Amino acid sequence: MEEIKLMKGNEAIAHAAIRYGFDGYFGYPITPQSEVLETLEALMPWETTGMVVLQAESEVAAINMVYGGASTGKKVMTSSSSPGVSLKQEGISYIAGAELPALIINVMRGGPGLGTIQPSQADYFQATKGGGHGDYHLIVLSPATVQEMVDFVGLGMDLAFKYRTPAMLLADGIVGQMMEKVRLPEFRPRRTDDEVRQQCPWAATGKHGRKKRNVITSLELESAAMEKNNERLQETYRKISENEVRFQEYYTDDAEYLIVAFGTVARIALKAIEEARESGLKIGLLRPITLWPFCSARIAELSKQVKGILTVELNAGQMIEDVRLAVNGSVPVYHYGRMGGMIPTPGEIMDAFKADFPDAVK
Amino acid sequence: MKEEIIIAGFGGQGVLSMGKILAYGALMNGSEVTWMPAYGPEQRGGTANVTVIVSDKPISSPIVDSYDTAVILNQQSLDKFESKVKPGGTLIYDPYGIHRPPTRTDITIVPVNATDEAIALGNSKTYNMLLLGALLKVRNLIPDEAIIRGLEKTLPERHHHLIPLNREAIDRGKKLVK
Amino acid sequence: MELQDIIKPENKIYERPHLLLDVNTHYCPGCSHGVVHKLIAEVIAELGLEDCAVGVAPVGCAVFAYNYIDIDWIEAAHGRAPAIATAASRLWPENVVFTYQGDGDLAAIGTAETIHAANRGEDIVIVFINNAIYGMTGGQMAPTTLLGQKTATTPYGRRADLNGYPLKISDILAGLDGTCYVTRQTVHTPAAVRKTKAALKKAFLNAKAKHGTSVVEVVSTCNSGWKMSPADSNKWMQEHMTAKYPLGDLKDIENAHIQ
Repeated sequence: MEEIKLMKGNEAIAHAAIRYGFDGYFGYPITPQSEVLETLEALMPWETTGMVVLQAESEVAAINMVYGGASTGKKVMTSSSSPGVSLKQEGISYIAGAELPALIINVMRGGPGLGTIQPSQADYFQATKGGGHGDYHLIVLSPATVQEMVDFVGLGMDLAFKYRTPAMLLADGIVGQMMEKVRLPEFRPRRTDDEVRQQCPWAATGKHGRKKRNVITSLELESAAMEKNNERLQETYRKISENEVRFQEYYTDDAEYLIVAFGTVARIALKAIEEARESGLKIGLLRPITLWPFCSARIAELSKQVKGILTVELNAGQMIEDVRLAVNGSVPVYHYGRMGGMIPTPGEIMDAFKADFPDAVK
Repeated sequence: MKEEIIIAGFGGQGVLSMGKILAYGALMNGSEVTWMPAYGPEQRGGTANVTVIVSDKPISSPIVDSYDTAVILNQQSLDKFESKVKPGGTLIYDPYGIHRPPTRTDITIVPVNATDEAIALGNSKTYNMLLLGALLKVRNLIPDEAIIRGLEKTLPERHHHLIPLNREAIDRGKKLVK
Repeated sequence: MELQDIIKPENKIYERPHLLLDVNTHYCPGCSHGVVHKLIAEVIAELGLEDCAVGVAPVGCAVFAYNYIDIDWIEAAHGRAPAIATAASRLWPENVVFTYQGDGDLAAIGTAETIHAANRGEDIVIVFINNAIYGMTGGQMAPTTLLGQKTATTPYGRRADLNGYPLKISDILAGLDGTCYVTRQTVHTPAAVRKTKAALKKAFLNAKAKHGTSVVEVVSTCNSGWKMSPADSNKWMQEHMTAKYPLGDLKDIENAHIQ
């Protein structure tokens, strides 16, 4: 049964994981996302759906539990915040290298180092450009609402299984901590062990009559064979780039200028744009939903229509590099960012826009 | 209808939970709502604030530049948010401990002696419900019944026996508005 | 007896365990790993666990352990095998999950994962090969390297003031409430091999019965790393290693979950 509730993004993730039939969650507390583990422990899904919930001894252990669970074909996830996600990078690289499905959630806080517990988007590079060692990508989903926190838990895991690659839900601390209306999905039963064996004939489930044994590894010391493994990964990434780019547009039909922003910042920018439109400023908004793969083609198209682009981010300018690559110098692209946990208001975004594009308001 | 509200005071005054009950009430009333706290250690003794937006249309930004209504519980918050009330907006504040009262003339200023009333009631935990009552009296945002249903959703079952007490506090809060 | 008589089936008294894959070994001649691999293959087969056994291989010389035993395997990141085994075991309670780890993997980089998996009483087997040196990377100091022992990174011998003391991690694990069986064995004589096999059998039975974590430490040799002949290695191991790491059961209780 669908239910409408008011809850924090972090709490919604926990409910979503249970309802989407996840088999396991492994995590370590860190602000501002500890409510994910707390909510799961309070809901005790092991008593109902049979989902395993475990507080690990560290983020390192947690991601390796995810690696272990994913190796056996189960739907497993972890969540953390920026410093903890840095610790997980080794495991994420192994999960990518071993071609395993898993969901990793980063509710970002400001860095570098211990930084702040307030919201940030400063892990864009880490999430979209690899993060760990080696040539790999994550499918990176950027939720802007508590509803998307729920929806993307399901979508992220589905995509991870579809392509056998880890997916990341990259949320800012705002959407983790804010409450809004959310429609929880109907309960999807967990797959039975037999169903897991059927769906994941590659998994280390124990042989159970299977003739050929399964070995999950990212190791291959023969360079020629390792290059082949890399080529297979790149082929997967090419397919993902072709099929899974997701974004949302507002007011782009007649836009003379474009703001590009992701996550909650896109909502703040939308309010700024709606207020600006009342005074006749024709600004559009593009919100990338998948940060990797990135909506480069659409931005390239829009760059032919608009006179300039402003990116707004809770960082020193990270996504702007992808926007600039897409635009390839055809129009000016500027950045407005707040750091260290500071959040821009709609008015501040509009002030930045006017400073960058004085001709627009003449 | 769209109302952008800030509730600000000390951690421990019930700022976040007052916002939560308001938000749940709005939900019960079929409205769209966002509840955005200044989170973290601020919950433990420093200043705390929460932005609640209630609207009959989907809400874009949970962060705003200025507010239709501010509910202010201490001097620091008054200093910070008085200027952020939109012209024609409303500022509700508890004069207890306030030594620099608000001075704006383009907004409606409503003092509510909630601390004194809570002391008179002998129950400091009703403090935020007194202010919620005052807010609902001044800004007719949500019917009482929806607020009570919001309370039922917010409070764990084991505390449901406190609902009549909270309801009474909301009523008394309304009466505090002169 | 002629050769033709010797190879007659009725004269066969020993064969490669059927779970031990017929592949070339990457281990050095004289290495203890091969013996322990064979024992694990035998124990899994004898207990009828080949359909439900899942091994977790480490980083170190045994990184390729998965090439030798015909069951499902997961290759871990360095030191993380107990975390991986935790999830593999909890998500498939009917499976019997074991880790196979060296001293660097288990007692240096993976100390936290080892201690916490054992402390949670995960129903797994930890097979711990302690040869007091890093074999794979070329003979550097291990946490279990003895004082005075020469390695690539302690070329003048391990010094307590510079390098700290040899870590008796099995003693620590035996002190944890989550372990039901912790034993220290060797494989340098046929008698010792038989005892180690019995220990492994007990450990796998514990895991199957969900009695908590079992740890089988095998004090081993690394003749390449130690720069000795296999025979001298066995002798040196008996004279020096077992003094610091005495053999026998450190803990043997019925069920760690009932205390």
